[in-house]
Amino acid sequence: MLPSLAYREMGLNDLEYQRIEAILNREPTITELGMFAVMWSEHCGYKYSRPILSLFKTYREAQSQGALENAGVIPLDERLGIVFKMESHNHPSAVEPFQGAATGVGGILRDIFTMGARPIANLNSLRFGLIEGRSRKAARNRYLFEHVVDGIAHYGNCVGVPTVAGEVVFNRCYDGNPLVNAMAVGVVELDKIAKARAEGVGNAVLYVGSSTGKDGIHGATFASVELGPDSESKRPNVQMGDPFMEKLLIEATLEALATGEIVGIQDMGAAGLTCSTSETAAKAGNGIEIDVLKVPRREANMTPYEIMLSESQERMLAIVRKGAEDRVAAVFQKWGLNAVVIGHVTDDGLLRVKEGDKVVAEVPARSLTDECPTYRLEAREPEYIAKVQSFDPLTALEPPDYNEVLLRLLASPTIASKEWVTQQYDSMVQTQTVLNPGQGDAAILRIRETRKGIALKVDGNGRYCYLDPYIGGQIAVAEAARNVVCVGARPVAVTDCLNFANPEKPTGFWQFQRVVEGIAFATEALGTPVVSGNVSFYNETPEGAIYPTPTIGMLGILDDVNQRCATAFRDEGDILVLLRADNDPSGGLGGSEYLSLIHNMEAGMPPSLDIEAEKRLQACVLEAIREGLLASAHDCSDGGLAVCISECAIAGGVGASLLLRYSDFEDLPPSAIFFGEAQSRVLVSVRTDKQLRKLEQMAQTHGIRAHWLGSVGGDSLRIALDGEYLIDLKVETLADTYNNSIRKIMSAVS
Amino acid sequence: MKFGVVQFPGSNCDQDAYFVLRDVMRVPVEYIWHQTTSVKGFDCIVLPGGFSYGDYLRTGAIARFSPVMEAVQEHAARGKYLIGICNGFQILCESGLLPGALVRNEGLKFVCKFVHLRVENSDTPWTCEAKEGQILRIPIAHGEGRYVADEETLAELTGSRRILVRYCDAEGRYTPGSNPNGSVNHIAGIANETFNVFGLMPHPERASEKILGSADGRILFESIIKTLRSG
Repeated sequence: MLPSLAYREMGLNDLEYQRIEAILNREPTITELGMFAVMWSEHCGYKYSRPILSLFKTYREAQSQGALENAGVIPLDERLGIVFKMESHNHPSAVEPFQGAATGVGGILRDIFTMGARPIANLNSLRFGLIEGRSRKAARNRYLFEHVVDGIAHYGNCVGVPTVAGEVVFNRCYDGNPLVNAMAVGVVELDKIAKARAEGVGNAVLYVGSSTGKDGIHGATFASVELGPDSESKRPNVQMGDPFMEKLLIEATLEALATGEIVGIQDMGAAGLTCSTSETAAKAGNGIEIDVLKVPRREANMTPYEIMLSESQERMLAIVRKGAEDRVAAVFQKWGLNAVVIGHVTDDGLLRVKEGDKVVAEVPARSLTDECPTYRLEAREPEYIAKVQSFDPLTALEPPDYNEVLLRLLASPTIASKEWVTQQYDSMVQTQTVLNPGQGDAAILRIRETRKGIALKVDGNGRYCYLDPYIGGQIAVAEAARNVVCVGARPVAVTDCLNFANPEKPTGFWQFQRVVEGIAFATEALGTPVVSGNVSFYNETPEGAIYPTPTIGMLGILDDVNQRCATAFRDEGDILVLLRADNDPSGGLGGSEYLSLIHNMEAGMPPSLDIEAEKRLQACVLEAIREGLLASAHDCSDGGLAVCISECAIAGGVGASLLLRYSDFEDLPPSAIFFGEAQSRVLVSVRTDKQLRKLEQMAQTHGIRAHWLGSVGGDSLRIALDGEYLIDLKVETLADTYNNSIRKIMSAVS
Repeated sequence: MKFGVVQFPGSNCDQDAYFVLRDVMRVPVEYIWHQTTSVKGFDCIVLPGGFSYGDYLRTGAIARFSPVMEAVQEHAARGKYLIGICNGFQILCESGLLPGALVRNEGLKFVCKFVHLRVENSDTPWTCEAKEGQILRIPIAHGEGRYVADEETLAELTGSRRILVRYCDAEGRYTPGSNPNGSVNHIAGIANETFNVFGLMPHPERASEKILGSADGRILFESIIKTLRSG
């Protein structure tokens, strides 16, 4: 038997090792052991998350039909479909932010075009520790932030896929463990979706793209442990990205697929050749035999172990009809890419790896993919939950000056304009971006040769999930859907990235389970199924765990891309209306940015959510946009109503005057009215009194409250409560604070 | 009349240029593969934006040696029309078809945003449909777009009115904040001595339809199409 150290080092436990021996009926070779270790890691095998993920209806159904493909497909019309998926690259980005983030983008793009879809958009959801101040921690966080953004920009800009939307949130809990979730979206002709199956015994196994190097070996295993002081030594586990190669790979793959000679194709992501060969073989119920000596290599003296486990980027595996190898290879070669036959499909169900004539691994393909043990881990509610939830946010002291609070919130990096980030991304290439970053609550892309458009948004609030993971999970979905609705799109489907701490700790697993239950509940209620996603565990450092942070990527469809809406206030005299279906005893002050920033408290119940009321609100807003009633629409979220109004004013470069009444807001204190984050609220503007009446009627029909708040105009934002102006600031001041905050922080000498 | 859009490996605005010519301007257009050695039959050639050959060495440095570029140089030498957008402009400078160079932006970061341009000379094949002093709202998207040249070149460019567009603010003023990359004299686009070669950093193909936020870029395409029709 191999020394137990060897398999433990690779992340396998004693029982798992015994299972491998039982499957093979002998000791595994070192190559086989490495292959099992990566395929049975949480990252590839979902050994801890699978039982919980089956709470998602579509996942359950797809799993039972054996139809878990690389990314979900949503039909746009009879001819076209939208493919989208999100994936984390947290651990690599923690140790090597530039390459970690860049390869995150590259990996998710390959998931899209490997289905035969042309990638049309990138999005991302990022989390960092606090970046303000002179501490070493803050300096490190700024370094991670700057280089993650740089890595995303480098890859996305070069590959020619626009980065159209995203979010960046800063919180102490992400110190040393940033989250980098990359989402990609593509368009595919529905009858030309490529499958990741090794069909047809005798068909050729074609290796395509970059040569294989020693980078990224055991990357998937690295993703499946906590970060620690020795994580820096894992830098060799981080892959290097080459977006130029990826661009060639996109064009060549789409052109090669058009020949009709490729029966199956899969990208080589986590676990590289091992994963792509075993998964394609297992899905088709076939086997694959390859010779590692035929694999193009970047360096001499690579062992079969290294070749099978390398996570070198920008590589694909294609199953090509026998006899058509040269024709397909010629397409890739035209683009200057490697395209080499390294083996063939067999009927014995085995993944056989040879080094010349010598067999170095021979395992049932299915044992790698389907026989990964799954664990039902213990879940226990953490003790902190009862404590934080018992806090009544209304007991927090009222601030003396609401103007000052509003400016501090607008300067808070989580709320402030992300222009410093988004300007580094090419958001317009492919000339389909109709709503650019910062213009609306979601990005809008037109879809060429149709009247339709799609809206895209990624959203998640870790603080809410920390306070109540079940409600937090629901809010993440509801808010992402609301954002898509605010630009005029019907929410249709979700991809998610589930970022959590160590699931082997019962409290960590409880958080995971509750969040997933929340997401499953909300997505079913809103009719937006989870069609793809990714789980990232072990997001913790010796200093603690991250907040449970699901990020929801929402896809919306606009049947007519011209019926859309943006955030900015438009014209003087436009009438402001708050559409609302909220019902929260503290006005959503619990878990708010206000409470965190001003009172240094992350406590209370998160805002409550009534999913049925939320549905009515969304239906109302959508109808109003389609009827052409709205001049602007903006979701009320982080920072509450005052921040929401400020953002509309800044975007429009025009002020507003609002007259609020305590009685309309359940007589809550001003802090809760201005800064509470009660859900299910959208601030809209209309042009005329006639439109106002129509909107009020529409709201009534939908069972939604509609408050007249005031009107657009002037160069100041003035908000009165029962006649007393508590907020009165020049739009110029708001804009300067909001627009320059991150730029100032990032240019300060550390 | 026939337009050609060159496809280098790593070009990524080739399709945008192609679509705008075919679907918006409705003129005949074809792709030209970088290994092609003849560009006969094309009246105007577009070198599109992107990252040709990955631009790992220096923007445009490798593309100038690609087989098609020899033919493109001949095409220009014969007085035919050639426009380089963004990376295409960089390639034109690298290959000596236009003077000066494009270096790393002031601020060192990639910048993607709408900017304002002032048409400095409307008496050219590329701007004849615009008015002198007209302000165009067109986006930029580049990391290396800061135009630099020596004093003599600048004097020559200015004297012979070869600076076609410059960065300005919404009112047409040359304020420091209106120069997005630190280009000398706010230069955004220049022509060669005979005005048949034009290079610019901004992307007119991204601003040729109202739905994209601006249709101001059309005027440049309309100008060259008019030139070709009347020529």
